[in-house]
Amino acid sequence: MKVFYLLGIFLCFDMRIVLAKANDVELGRQLYETKCIACHSVDENRIGPKHVGIVGRKVGRVAGYSYSAALKNANTQWTPRLLDAWLTDPEAVFPGQKMAFRLSDIRERQLIIEYLKTLK
Amino acid sequence: MENSRRNFFGMSSKACLSAAALSVMAGVPSLGYAKNFNPEKDVDILNVALSLEHEAINAYQLGASSGLLQKPILDVAILFQSHHKAHRDALVKTIETLGGKAVTERTLDDYAKALKANTLASQDDILKLAAKLELGAINAYLGVIPAFVDMKLSQIAGRLAADETMHYTALTQALGQRLPNQAFSFGG
Repeated sequence: MKVFYLLGIFLCFDMRIVLAKANDVELGRQLYETKCIACHSVDENRIGPKHVGIVGRKVGRVAGYSYSAALKNANTQWTPRLLDAWLTDPEAVFPGQKMAFRLSDIRERQLIIEYLKTLK
Repeated sequence: MENSRRNFFGMSSKACLSAAALSVMAGVPSLGYAKNFNPEKDVDILNVALSLEHEAINAYQLGASSGLLQKPILDVAILFQSHHKAHRDALVKTIETLGGKAVTERTLDDYAKALKANTLASQDDILKLAAKLELGAINAYLGVIPAFVDMKLSQIAGRLAADETMHYTALTQALGQRLPNQAFSFGG
């Protein structure tokens, strides 16, 4: 009986984590729609390249988009950590790149990255 | 709601950019450079801004030629498009004054595809797309301000953001949306 009680408590905590994560993704989506949407879309190249599949994707490799030499020659993958550094100061990460936009708020960057992780 | 929307745009259609404002924006590089001024870097940023303006001009063109916009909203869309054309012209002049090459616009079909114009089925759809793009532009212009080497060009970004904020506010009011409850709604 005690086992079921403990299992119930565990499941409640687990659900709270799941719900908190889902909330972060939704907040990240809303921020994406206001901060990133001027130049980017999820599934179309515009002023910036599309973002579908970005986490884990090789930098500078979206077909049909004209990258700067800095990103074409980057030879690395987009990770959450690299995205955070990039959004903080793109020029510091890949000097000579084209994105001038910077996002100084740590929490906003985290939320947007949580949303980007879901774009598959 | 429809009458109040029409009345709203009837009043706002008298607004326009002053020629003086345009000439100041276009003449900014002559007002002096920052100590570590790097024209190439700032030209790159200005070209991103120019890309935004090209897209805005074409987005309003798609909206205006869709047959979905009714007067006076159609008149306001054409007015806002004219503002973006003024932004474009000033940015091209500034880029060329700095010795750079202005980025060219893509075809209308390219913008139609990128903006999913084929999904726009009503006046409200077009207003929502326009509002979304204007909001994105506001945040983009505010977001690039720290990246300029020449602070005078940061001022250009601020002025462009101000125009887009005016557009965004008009569009969201036409959609019947509420004003933000909180301060500092933009940038960050």
